[in-house]
Amino acid sequence: MDNRLKEFVENIGYARIIIGLFLIVLLVSAFLLKLPMSNLFEGILVRTGMNGILVLAMVPSIQSGTGLNFGLPIGIICGLIGTIISIEMNLVNWNAFIVSLIIGSLLGAISGYLYGILLNKVKGQEMLVGTYAAFSIVSGMCMFWLLAPFYSPKMIWPYGGKGLRVTISLENVFDKILNNWVPFGMSLDKFPFRILGVNIPIGLLLFFGIFCFIFWIFSRSKTGITMHAAGSNPKFAESSGINVDKARIIGTVLSTMLGAIGIIVYAQSYGFLQLYTAPQFMAFPAVASILIGGASIKTASIMHVIIGTFLFQSLLVVALPVANVVLEGSLSEVVRIIISNGIILYALTRIGGGEEH
Amino acid sequence: MKDVNVKTKSEAASPKLNNSITKILINNLVPIIFCIFCVAGMYYANISTKFLINSIIERMARNSFLVLSLIIPVIAGMGLNFGIVMGAMAGQIALVAITYWDIQGLGGFLLAAVISVPIAVLFGWLTGLVMNRAKGNEMITGMILGFFANGLYQLLFLFVLGGIIPMKNERMMLSSGIGIRNSIDLKGIKYAFDNLIKIKAGGLVIPVFTLIVVALLCIFMKFFLKTKLGQEFRSIGQDIHIAQISGINVDKTRILAIIISTVLAAWGQLIFLQNIGTLNTYGSHGQVGTFAVASLLIGGASVTKATIGQGLLGTFLFHMLFIISPLAGKSLLGDPQVGEYFRVFVAYGIIGVTLGVHAWQQQRQAMEKLKE
Repeated sequence: MDNRLKEFVENIGYARIIIGLFLIVLLVSAFLLKLPMSNLFEGILVRTGMNGILVLAMVPSIQSGTGLNFGLPIGIICGLIGTIISIEMNLVNWNAFIVSLIIGSLLGAISGYLYGILLNKVKGQEMLVGTYAAFSIVSGMCMFWLLAPFYSPKMIWPYGGKGLRVTISLENVFDKILNNWVPFGMSLDKFPFRILGVNIPIGLLLFFGIFCFIFWIFSRSKTGITMHAAGSNPKFAESSGINVDKARIIGTVLSTMLGAIGIIVYAQSYGFLQLYTAPQFMAFPAVASILIGGASIKTASIMHVIIGTFLFQSLLVVALPVANVVLEGSLSEVVRIIISNGIILYALTRIGGGEEH
Repeated sequence: MKDVNVKTKSEAASPKLNNSITKILINNLVPIIFCIFCVAGMYYANISTKFLINSIIERMARNSFLVLSLIIPVIAGMGLNFGIVMGAMAGQIALVAITYWDIQGLGGFLLAAVISVPIAVLFGWLTGLVMNRAKGNEMITGMILGFFANGLYQLLFLFVLGGIIPMKNERMMLSSGIGIRNSIDLKGIKYAFDNLIKIKAGGLVIPVFTLIVVALLCIFMKFFLKTKLGQEFRSIGQDIHIAQISGINVDKTRILAIIISTVLAAWGQLIFLQNIGTLNTYGSHGQVGTFAVASLLIGGASVTKATIGQGLLGTFLFHMLFIISPLAGKSLLGDPQVGEYFRVFVAYGIIGVTLGVHAWQQQRQAMEKLKE
């Protein structure tokens, strides 16, 4: 019995169990504190949908063997540029959204390719080099946001001030375009998209689901299988004629493109575009999410993405109001820092032990 | 760099001389590039010489100690210790304590230095334990550990103090009585160290005592690296397996290297903050790791090699750039903000490039070994 319990725990993973239990405690206390539960559940669903694609971006990079993609901000910046160009073109609604996605993912493909070449030169240190590559590009882009020739009044400071605003409102552009989208002209206020007072952001979840599905199909294609093989055992793959470097570049390109798409989906739900230093630390919650979902630095699947994003975001959504009632101040922010970095640290010490033996 | 190489080949008549010049150039490429940056920046910045010299002396005095605290882990083969953030936290915890007890002046400062030691030893020991579990990934582990510790630090200062540990002090606590304010005035110990011996001459202010302490640290490190322990650090840094075979307790010695680095960083942060005069409770330690690492690298150090000279030169060049770039940005592009972004970009960029080059060299070495 003891063994079976141990096996069960190991199958699910300690991290997931601890986070899961913590979440249950939080939910119970939220219920006891008489917090509006339907709001909480709605918040969980929205945040899962809006962060999902950014977390999904970790999968191709892990599968292709470059580890956790701490260079995600590179993709995020591509998505931001895409959106800014579409605002500058004075597009609105779906036009703006789709043009942003197209430009963002094209830029993402190009910079992902270059980033992939860089990562092939620094095998074994991808995560560290990636982190600082991303940090320097984010700070270099700060100069770009300040000096770039954009003139749309939606984006520049109303008077005085130079360059683009720090946060750009997406109102009248594509604010909540996916969140408010309903298939077949049905209404968001009625069943089946409103259950027990919880509005289900069906458009947002559907969009996330479509990308998971596309990636699932890709991972079953010849290219996808090759990429996975190159990542899980590079030496063996090399000797069986797979071009490992190429497979790693494909993984990085996909990851960067997903980063670009992910931030656009995030921004439409958030309602604002955050420029300057905002993207610098955006890789960390995504990395933490997929690790909480049960991935490691060497293996990751779509299930890990879905479970991880759901758990991590639920934790944040529920922890904030509970903490606000119980304690004053920003406890949930502190909890977020501790949990996300703690889980990354745990994953890092695990690979170290493995390589030594 | 290519031109130089071509020349070396064509002028075969005096290969020795050219080779040595090329070698010096290549070995010191990074500091040379930054010297050029600084000179160009000075040309555009229109800065008064007196102001420049004063600022650079002040910044050298307050930052050198932190930069030098990075050297021992590099020598012990653990790379750039981004974990010195935790040393800085230890220093700040000690500062909060002496401010709370209202112990002022040099006595307060020295007491803080004493209190910070056990805390820093504990932090360093824990860091060393974690890093031993992540051999080969020490740098990113140290960095993430810094972020993680920052979470715990915030937990301590925002919720535990006043919430669990009783603490009453209106000037330091938030109005709710739980948690410490964003910024704490350190006027009790401001310049406590700098003012011990300070020369004011011709408009220049020189904190001689702090500079002497930095010099003492340099001498101490030079001496220390010649001792048995110092030699053990070196041999672990050269080859961890050979060190292990020759009977050195590798794990223990590595932990010791990190502990020394963390304690030095704690003192470095104290020196830094007594000069600044206000403790930004939740921000003062944030950039310590990045800026110190960038300084060391700009001096020409790498992941595996760092000297005291490189540390001092790097601190000088990095802070020169820090002073000049906003002014140069303003006169070149009409906006000081550009220069400020530029220096952050340089700090991260130099770390990224050095780490990248190092990883690339490692990969090439591994491949050459494979071919043999």
